[in-house]
Amino acid sequence: MLKDKEELLHQARLTANKMRKNILLMTHRAKGGHPGGCLSATDLLAVLYKCFMRIDPQKPNWPGRDYFFLSKGHSVPALYAILIEMGFLSEGEVEDFREMEGRLPAYPSCEDTPGIDMASGSLGQGLSVANGAALAAKLNGTDQRAYVLLGDGELHEGQIWEAAMTAAHYKLNNVCAIVDYNKLQLDGSVEEVKSLGDLKAKWESFNWHVLEIDGHDYEQIYQAFVEAEQYRKGPSVLIAHTVKGKGVSFMEGEAGWHCAAPTDEELTKALKELSRVC
Amino acid sequence: MLIAPREAYAQTLVELGTENKDIVVLDADVAKASMTVLFQEKFPDRFFDLGISESDLICTGAGFAVAGKLPFVNAYANFLLGNGWEQIRLSICYANKNVKIIGHNIGASSGKDGPTHFSLEDIALMRVLPRMTVVEPADGLEMKKAVRAIAEHVGPVYLRVGREATPVVTQAEDEFELGKANIVRQGRDLTIVACGVMVAKAVAAAEELTAAGIEAEIINMHTIKPLDRDTLLQSVQKTGAVVTAEEHSVIGGLGSAVAEFLACSRPVPLRIIGSPDKFGICGTYEQIHQAFGLTAERIAQAAKEVLEQKKP
Ligand SMILES: Cc1ncc(C[n+]2csc(CCOP(=O)(O)OP(=O)(O)O)c2C)c(N)n1
Repeated sequence: MLKDKEELLHQARLTANKMRKNILLMTHRAKGGHPGGCLSATDLLAVLYKCFMRIDPQKPNWPGRDYFFLSKGHSVPALYAILIEMGFLSEGEVEDFREMEGRLPAYPSCEDTPGIDMASGSLGQGLSVANGAALAAKLNGTDQRAYVLLGDGELHEGQIWEAAMTAAHYKLNNVCAIVDYNKLQLDGSVEEVKSLGDLKAKWESFNWHVLEIDGHDYEQIYQAFVEAEQYRKGPSVLIAHTVKGKGVSFMEGEAGWHCAAPTDEELTKALKELSRVC
Repeated sequence: MLIAPREAYAQTLVELGTENKDIVVLDADVAKASMTVLFQEKFPDRFFDLGISESDLICTGAGFAVAGKLPFVNAYANFLLGNGWEQIRLSICYANKNVKIIGHNIGASSGKDGPTHFSLEDIALMRVLPRMTVVEPADGLEMKKAVRAIAEHVGPVYLRVGREATPVVTQAEDEFELGKANIVRQGRDLTIVACGVMVAKAVAAAEELTAAGIEAEIINMHTIKPLDRDTLLQSVQKTGAVVTAEEHSVIGGLGSAVAEFLACSRPVPLRIIGSPDKFGICGTYEQIHQAFGLTAERIAQAAKEVLEQKKP
C-alpha cells in the first residue's frame, strides 16, 4: 500500500513537470493566458487527478465519475495540461489554446472540451456548482465526490460564502474545496488589495473541516485529500499555501506573471529549468 | 374563472415530481410565496431551500444539472435574475445546462409590496441570453401545460409566474407547444400580440372594438423567445397593424421582440403597451395596472391609433 502511494506520488511529480512545460508552451504560443496561477495549482491538480479522481477518459460523461470544477477559470491551461496527461486531450492540442479552431478556449467551456463539466471564467461560481453535483450524488446514494479549485483573490466574491454556508448546512462531506493560497491576485498581493484575515478561522467558523498544507509538498497534499475523504461530518477545504509561478524561478512570487505570456527567450529559459528538475 | 398562476405552477410541479424522479426543486426562502412548499411537503428529499442566496441558488441548480438531475430553481423574479444574472449567463446558458429558472411575483403581481418587489425588466434580462427560452402563459390553465412542456424541453428556460389570481382565457383542449403561438381570436383589421395576464385584457379590448366595427386578431405569444415569427408574420400580412401588450417594461420585452422582427421583415404601424419607463408605486394589483395603463381600454385606444396610421 505504502509502496503504491510512493509510486503514485512519483508519477504525480513527473506529471506535474510535464504539465508545467505544457502550461508554458500554451501561454507562449497563444501570447496570452495566466501562467502564474496555473503553476501554483499544478502540484495540487497532479496529485488530485493521478491519485484520487475516478474518471474515464474513454467515457468523459460516465455517470459515476468524480467531479472537478475549476472555479478560477483563468487557470485553464493547468486543467488542459492535466487532461492531456489523463488522456482526455492529446499532446498536440497545446497548439490550440485560445485558437478559434480546436477544443481549448481561453476559459473552460464544457461544450468544447471532454473532461470539463462546467464553464467558468467569472470568478465565484464554482463552489455552488460543486454543491449541486454533490447534493445530486447524495440523492442518488453514490459516493461520488465533487472537488473545486478556488483562488485566494476569488474568495472576495460573496457567492463563495453563500455556497460555503450551503455546503455546511447540507453536511456535504463529498465536497472538497481547494484554495490555491498563492497570496497574489491581479492587482497585487491579496493582503494589500483586500485582506482575507484569518482564512482558517473564516472557513472554520463556516463549519468547514480545514486542512492547511504546503501546496507543493506531495506527501501533505496526498494526506490532506485522504483526510478530506475520511471526514464524514461535512465539507472539507484544503488551504494550500502555494507560490504563484512555482517551478520557474523568474515567475515565482511575481504578480506580473498573473496574466502575461513568456517571450521566446523566457520560454527557453523556463523549459531548461524544468528539464533540470525531471 | 380565476386561477393564481403560482398555484397552477406548484400543483403541476407536484404531479411531475411523481412522474419524474429526476426533478429537484430549489428555492431561496420564498417557498411559501412560490408555493413550492407543496413540492417540499410531498418530496422533502428532493426539495432544497438554500436560503436567501440567489446567485448560489442558480449555480447549485447548474451543478444538479451536471449530475443529470432536472432542477427547477425558484425565487422572486427580480431578485433571482438581478442577483443571479451573470450566473445564469455563464453557468446555465453558456454552459448549456438543463435548468428551469422560475421567476415568481412577476410584473406588478406583488401589488402592495411595491416597486422594490416588482419585476418589470425580467423578460429583457432573459431574452438577451443565447439559448434561453422565455415563457409566460396566459393563465393558470395554460400554466399547467407550460410547466409540463418546459420539463420536457432540454435546455435553459425562464418561466414567468404571477402571484395574483387572473382570469382563465384559454381552453382545456388548446394545444400548447413551446415556440408556437396560439391564435385566440381571428380578425382582419389589426393584430394584438399579448402574453400573460394581458391576453385576457386583449380579449376584453377586442370585444370593445367589435362594437366599433373593428375586428382584432389576438395572438397569445406564450413563448416570447423563440418568437413564433411565422404565426406573427401571417397575421400581420393580413391585418397590417399591430398592438402588443405585456405586464413588463415597454423596453426590452415582448413588444421589443415583435418590433425587432417586424421592423426588419414587415414594418407596419405598431404600439407597445407595457409599463412605462419608470418605477412603480404601491397599490393593489388592479390599481397598479390602471396606473401603468395595462388595461383593455388602453389596448383598444392603441388599436384605433394604429388603424388611423394604417389608412392610406
Ligand atoms: C467575477 C470576475 N471578476 C474579475 C475577473 C478578472 N480576473 C481574472 S483573474 C483575477 C484575479 C484572480 O486572483 P486569484 O483568485 O487569487 O487567482 P490566482 O492568483 O490563483 O490566479 C481577476 C480579478 C474575473 N475573471 N471574474
